[in-house]
Amino acid sequence: MLIQILPEIGLYAMMLALAMALVQAVVPLAGSLARRPLWMSYAAPMAWGQALFLLTAFVCLALGFLFNDFSVAYIASNANSQLPWYYRLSAVWGGHEGSVLLWSMMMAFWGLAVSVFSRNLPRDMLARVLAVLGMINAGFLIFILATSSPFERILPVPPSDGADLNPLLQDPGLIVHPPMLYMGYVGFSVAFAFALAALMGGRLDAAWTRWARPWTNLAWAFLSVGIALGSWWAYYELGWGGWWFWDPVENASLMPWLAGTALMHSLAVTEKRGGFKSWTVLLAIVTFSLSLLGTFLVRSGVLTSVHAFANDPSRGTFILILLGLTVGASLTLYAFRAPRVKSPLGFGWCSRDAMLLFNNILLLVMMVTVLLGTLYPLILDSLDLGKISVGPPYFNTLIVPLTVALGLFMGAGPVTRWKQMAPRELIKRLWLSAMVALMVALTMPWLYDGAWSLSVTLGLLVAAWIVVPLVREPLVLIRRFGLRGPGKLSRSHYGMVLGHIGMAMTIVGVTMVSNYDHADNVRMRPGHSVEVGGYRFTMTQLNEVHGPNYLADRATVRVTQGDRLMAMLHPEKRFFDTQRQAMTETALDHGLTRDLYVAMGEPLDDGESWAMRIQVKPFVRWLWLGALLMAAGGILAVCDRRYRHRSRTRQMMEARP
Amino acid sequence: MKKRYWLFVPLLIFVVLAVLLWQGLGRDPSHRESALLEKPFPAFSLTTLEDGERTVDASWLKGQVTLVNVWGEWCPTCKREMPQLLALKDRGVHLIGVDYKDTRDRGRAFLNEFGNPFALNVFDPEGSLGFDLGVYGAPESFIVDAQGNIRYHHTGYITPEDVDGVILPELQRWQ
Repeated sequence: MLIQILPEIGLYAMMLALAMALVQAVVPLAGSLARRPLWMSYAAPMAWGQALFLLTAFVCLALGFLFNDFSVAYIASNANSQLPWYYRLSAVWGGHEGSVLLWSMMMAFWGLAVSVFSRNLPRDMLARVLAVLGMINAGFLIFILATSSPFERILPVPPSDGADLNPLLQDPGLIVHPPMLYMGYVGFSVAFAFALAALMGGRLDAAWTRWARPWTNLAWAFLSVGIALGSWWAYYELGWGGWWFWDPVENASLMPWLAGTALMHSLAVTEKRGGFKSWTVLLAIVTFSLSLLGTFLVRSGVLTSVHAFANDPSRGTFILILLGLTVGASLTLYAFRAPRVKSPLGFGWCSRDAMLLFNNILLLVMMVTVLLGTLYPLILDSLDLGKISVGPPYFNTLIVPLTVALGLFMGAGPVTRWKQMAPRELIKRLWLSAMVALMVALTMPWLYDGAWSLSVTLGLLVAAWIVVPLVREPLVLIRRFGLRGPGKLSRSHYGMVLGHIGMAMTIVGVTMVSNYDHADNVRMRPGHSVEVGGYRFTMTQLNEVHGPNYLADRATVRVTQGDRLMAMLHPEKRFFDTQRQAMTETALDHGLTRDLYVAMGEPLDDGESWAMRIQVKPFVRWLWLGALLMAAGGILAVCDRRYRHRSRTRQMMEARP
Repeated sequence: MKKRYWLFVPLLIFVVLAVLLWQGLGRDPSHRESALLEKPFPAFSLTTLEDGERTVDASWLKGQVTLVNVWGEWCPTCKREMPQLLALKDRGVHLIGVDYKDTRDRGRAFLNEFGNPFALNVFDPEGSLGFDLGVYGAPESFIVDAQGNIRYHHTGYITPEDVDGVILPELQRWQ
């Protein structure tokens, strides 16, 4: 009985959540204006209720998928009874309706987290922050209920079975990729809400930035992991060996990441030095706006892309209105309420403040570059100047030099003092690092490849230049305090160190794989061998293998380098009888310094040979490891002591005697 | 209060952007030109869907104007596009299909169910040809002239209106 009405329960739960979001948007805000504590205290319970009811709705939908309730249109078009349960579960967010529900649920949980962990905030500030979050989620819930309810029924004659999930999406990487990405997108709403609350309250001091920082770091960490997972999935599932395609939707996730990175650094300046005040507020607005823009681009079908399946103009219009209201209102508020006095510079051009300013400018230029490249076809189209698409060459020629420039400031920034520093002293701190970085960059390509290469040297130089100066701080402390010295640095400092090392690793990965990868399509039969990228690939066997529910052609490929056996690879071509489906199992031998990649294509005419795709990808893992390290850095910084109220008071007590 | 106008700059930029997006919504993104225009069709060597033993390559496209359509059984829009393709075939258009990221059985079942307008179907299970063509997602179509050069790229679904409005005139142009 209960199972049959689950979709209706879900729908009502969503409506209740909307009602609560509306109360949360209006009452606490009115309370903060009228100074009524009772009204303001509505905020937190409403946030909890909203999270509870959206969780209920989500669980109802997930149960519908598990119980194969194909009378629900969304379930019928995204899963079928043949699908294993975990893919049926991940199909919950495999389509448009479920994704937006997930989006909204995460939004509610961020609100819940803010209301729980920010109890020491001034009451009116908390009320305003939660009101802003309530407004955003109310908008989204209206959108879902009006245009994309996942609980729509097909009655009276439900289909007996559902359609299949796109085979490309049936992959473990894709189970976690969208939730991570959404967590990042949605998480930036918290920084946005803090910025708006500060604007409304007219209290643009450093306080709001201290509260907003951990939330921003966390959202940024999620977004980093989400982007890395997407890139990793493209690498191993799409089978082209590429890891970034400058696809509009990839760009849509990169833009908030770039703006979010700028925001994290700008927040640091505002908190520590009180500078960049209105700039930081603007960045917080821009970052979340770009998250919304990303959602719009993916969901409206304005740009064609692999991801843009839900092409429904009415939805696009709705999201655009939502985007317009949110961003338009916040930028208007900004224009009227941003700090009146332009804060005097207060720092010299050779200072950490200036370094972070350059970093911000570069990140924003990169963001605008990506934005223009993504929207360029649209711009030309509106001006009737023809229709073209912008390809990777545009992005690569602009982003690569900008990254190099960014790397220069990343190396110098952490060893520069706030406010003012004599350039001579900075040079004194850096020349040794520069020498070490240069040595590494000059010798490594030669050691690795036997030949010198300008682009590899440049890439490695930047990476080494970012990492080496980071050693200085702990060394200075060891010299002064002995081995316990490095412990004196805060967790947020080590978070920064990890994040920067992660960035350097990603740069190494990109440099190496772009310059030294090898790929070949070859024809192979048993006993045959080919040489790709310095490795010898020999097909030793070709068998038929019987799996539990499939029959497979399986090749055994021995990979040797000189006389050393590097790997035995077993690529397969599987034919599933029941599902009548063929799948390519690529064989991947992954290592820290290289991936060996063999995929079976098609059997060729003579019945014995196969078309095979062989690739050698040096250092490709570093790309994603770097991104994970960046995310770890972001999370470590969140764990910093000064964000925990209790330990802060304890510290103050300890400091007193 | 004098220099406050610069605070309105972000708002202004956003308004321009929003107008642009609004216009974009009303437009069809699918007529985006490919970087491959005027270039030879990428080289490939793949088997046909019909016959796993038979390999075809790009030379097959020479000699007459061809509409190459990239499709897949897993792609719901492709099903809606089939009537238009069949209509094009009835009007004498030479069509070649690329069965993209699919399996043989499913691809064949698809053609049995929805009809087969194609003179030939290139079987591209790994999506390697699709990648060389810069395919974002099925369906996409290319017009290849008699010399084997790509002349027109249609991203997304060919609507019933497109048949007479776009595809046939384009095919005429390159005869």
